[in-house]
Amino acid sequence: MSEIVNLSRRAFLKTSALVGGGLLLGFYLPFGEPAAEAARAPFAPNAFLRIGPDGRVTFIIHKAEMGQGVYTSLPMLIAEELECDWRHVSVEPSPVAPVYNHTAFGAIMVTGGSSSVWSEWDRLSKAGAVARTMLVAAAAKKWGVDPAGCRAENGRVSDGKGRSLTYGELAPLAAKMQVPKDVKPKEGNYRLLGTPQLRLDSPAKVNGTAEFGLDVRMPGLLTAVVARPPVFGATVKSFDAVKTLKVPNVKKVVQVPSGVAVVATGLWSAKKGRDALTVTWDEGKWAHLDTPEMLKEYAQMAGTPGLIARKDGNPEQARSAAAKTITADYHLPYLAHATMEPLNCTVDYRGGESCIIRVGSQMQTGDRNAAARILGLKPEQVKLHTTFLGGGFGRRANPRSDFVAEAVEVAKRVRKPVKVVWTREDDMRGGYYRPMWYDRLTAGLDDKGNLTGWWHTIVGQSIIAGTPFEGAMVKNGIDHTSVEGGADIPYAIPNIMVDLHSPQLGVPVLWWRSVGHSHTAFVVESFLDEAAHATGKDPFELRRALLADKPRHKGVLELAAEKAGWGKPLPAGHGRGIAVHDSFGSFVAQVAEVSTTPAGEIKVHRVVCAIDCGRIVNPLTIAAQMESAIVFGLSAALHGSITLKNGRVEQGNYDTYPVLRMNEMPTIEVHIAPSTEKPGGVGEPGVPPTAPAVTNALFAATGVRLRSLPITKDALRDEMIRMKG
Amino acid sequence: MITFTVNGTRRTVEVPADTPLLWVIRDALGLTGTKYGCGEGVCGACTVLIDGKAVQSCQVKVSEAQGKKIVTIEGIPATHPVKQAWLADDVPQCGWCQPGQIVSAVALLNEKPRPSDADIDDAMAVNICRCGTYQRIRRAIHTAAETAGKGGMK
Repeated sequence: MSEIVNLSRRAFLKTSALVGGGLLLGFYLPFGEPAAEAARAPFAPNAFLRIGPDGRVTFIIHKAEMGQGVYTSLPMLIAEELECDWRHVSVEPSPVAPVYNHTAFGAIMVTGGSSSVWSEWDRLSKAGAVARTMLVAAAAKKWGVDPAGCRAENGRVSDGKGRSLTYGELAPLAAKMQVPKDVKPKEGNYRLLGTPQLRLDSPAKVNGTAEFGLDVRMPGLLTAVVARPPVFGATVKSFDAVKTLKVPNVKKVVQVPSGVAVVATGLWSAKKGRDALTVTWDEGKWAHLDTPEMLKEYAQMAGTPGLIARKDGNPEQARSAAAKTITADYHLPYLAHATMEPLNCTVDYRGGESCIIRVGSQMQTGDRNAAARILGLKPEQVKLHTTFLGGGFGRRANPRSDFVAEAVEVAKRVRKPVKVVWTREDDMRGGYYRPMWYDRLTAGLDDKGNLTGWWHTIVGQSIIAGTPFEGAMVKNGIDHTSVEGGADIPYAIPNIMVDLHSPQLGVPVLWWRSVGHSHTAFVVESFLDEAAHATGKDPFELRRALLADKPRHKGVLELAAEKAGWGKPLPAGHGRGIAVHDSFGSFVAQVAEVSTTPAGEIKVHRVVCAIDCGRIVNPLTIAAQMESAIVFGLSAALHGSITLKNGRVEQGNYDTYPVLRMNEMPTIEVHIAPSTEKPGGVGEPGVPPTAPAVTNALFAATGVRLRSLPITKDALRDEMIRMKG
Repeated sequence: MITFTVNGTRRTVEVPADTPLLWVIRDALGLTGTKYGCGEGVCGACTVLIDGKAVQSCQVKVSEAQGKKIVTIEGIPATHPVKQAWLADDVPQCGWCQPGQIVSAVALLNEKPRPSDADIDDAMAVNICRCGTYQRIRRAIHTAAETAGKGGMK
């Protein structure tokens, strides 16, 4: 065994030296990184895979698996080129190392922006191709034949004359082969890509063994809950822990920058300890925040010019020249991510110069570096292990590392392994919401009903301002994520003006599945519907006409309409709505079919979804992500709202912040448009069209235009009564 | 000292009597397949079988479990039609809610071997899935019912 290990290490060094000139940049771990040390397999040709003596292939995956399927789709990219036996592969999470940095987002290990497949397609294909080439070379050498006459398939190399060797058998020799200078991944004729493959992580998730952050266990592990401020930005004035320390199993109470931590042997004791704690807060400057007042201020801002995000044609002239204008205001609430697994982070720091963190993180480099700063360690002295994430949706990718930094602050004072757990209420009230938005839109029409102008003023907090991403993502005061999907509308309208106000408030905001698009698609697609109805046009036909030069938008629009039976008769009281939106490199159209009762109760019966995400990896994942995104969008459309009163978040659990349940679930149909375009994302692009498709369908069913979310039964009923007037 | 049976094994725990069964299962017994989601009985992530009924373990004090037979996700055999259907229909996404979903589905099928969609709505509405796997859960329950109908249910 030790011989194998030594061989492997020598081979690894040799391999690393050979590619030292940056030939295959971002492919190899520097020697000494944990995964390299652990790569005690005969053949570990790069940082993304290794092959054991039994032929078992292990993929080392550096993107966080939070449900979106990267532990299946990324292995498929490697396996396509490796030509391994797909039934005998396993996946393990990578450590944090520069080699695992994002190929497009800078020197950071991050999972987000629906980018994993498109940003890793080339690198992981090459990782597989390099390994296959070396395995073939090893077989050819053994047989004394030309590698060109050998063929790799299903985990074996054969010479076409009856001889074959398994990858396991070839692995030790393959490790001694020269690393190919250049490999050319396939450009088509895929064996695995594009075929439906079941998720590799399902067995562990079905039998209960999948380890999420909250499931981390180790000897002597303590559990902490933190008493956090009732108002964002408030600080601890004083606290009284006498009663807390009398609660059985409570071990310690420590003040940290974010509040007061109660440390116990388990969650229940920690929570009881916190219930017994008295904290006096300096509430700071945001204790006056009330949602209705904030909305009034936002509405006022919407009436004044903001920073210009897009200006096409001559909007001023177009406005005065318009035969008719229509104007409407829209409003969207703050939203919580409400991941099913509440936030948590486990830190093992016992003083000294090392720290181990186990956490479900989407942004490991930032979280690790934050920990190092807090502990006065070098980043490489902090080891961060990524667990499964019980939902991410952006919440676990915080540039401010809130929940990881806090856990490290607790551990720094406890100096024993400790898991900081957020209760559901802590999670719901802990901030970092999708921003609240207020929008004013105006459309100009000529005397034939053609759209001649589009004016859109956006009001809402910047997600990026004040984060390390500000330099790259905020230009001339405009946070790209505030206007994405709004400033770049695809419709052929000659005069366009989009401007932005970014009020600064103490409510922490963050990316929430589909980020700016969750807001802009709703207002743009709703208001375009209004423009269609104002001119007596069919909403599908108007979009189609305005997208004449946008084949991919038009393609999914037509596909969704066709599959949904657009224009065909519906039962009485039912209505259909359509919306189309592009985000994260993909194009999605949805048709929703809804009905209502006189009491305002809404039933979404069916959502038909068409997506063009370019070349595809796994159609099952794409369908799953569309279903998931539509449910996420429906939860926001029908239920989600975070509101403030006296600076305090009014919601706390799933009773006051409901999400869609089984009994509200519509039938979802997903149609994937065949495409040879470059790959786009699938985790987020399904969210944006859902809410406007539903409200457009409600308009078709009832004549009521609802311009704020969530849709409430009462608002719909009142409007229906008013209309009957 | 409180004694009950978990997945066929007698277990005795010494914890404060008001501790929710959920935290005893997770923290004291180390069976982390049972998940915490809300602590208020509104999400279903902590669902276990108690004497054959689906119960949200965050709402049961450990003292109330004295003498009861508890089955967690770990105690449902891998060959169970529900677990098999969950794999075949590619149900999980993030996976956090799935143990609770599976336990609820097992209880449903024990009670109604051929559930209608309305039965599924009734029984499964307690279990939230933030990833939106409901359509696949519905399909998998029908799949499991069919398999069991052919003699696959234990």
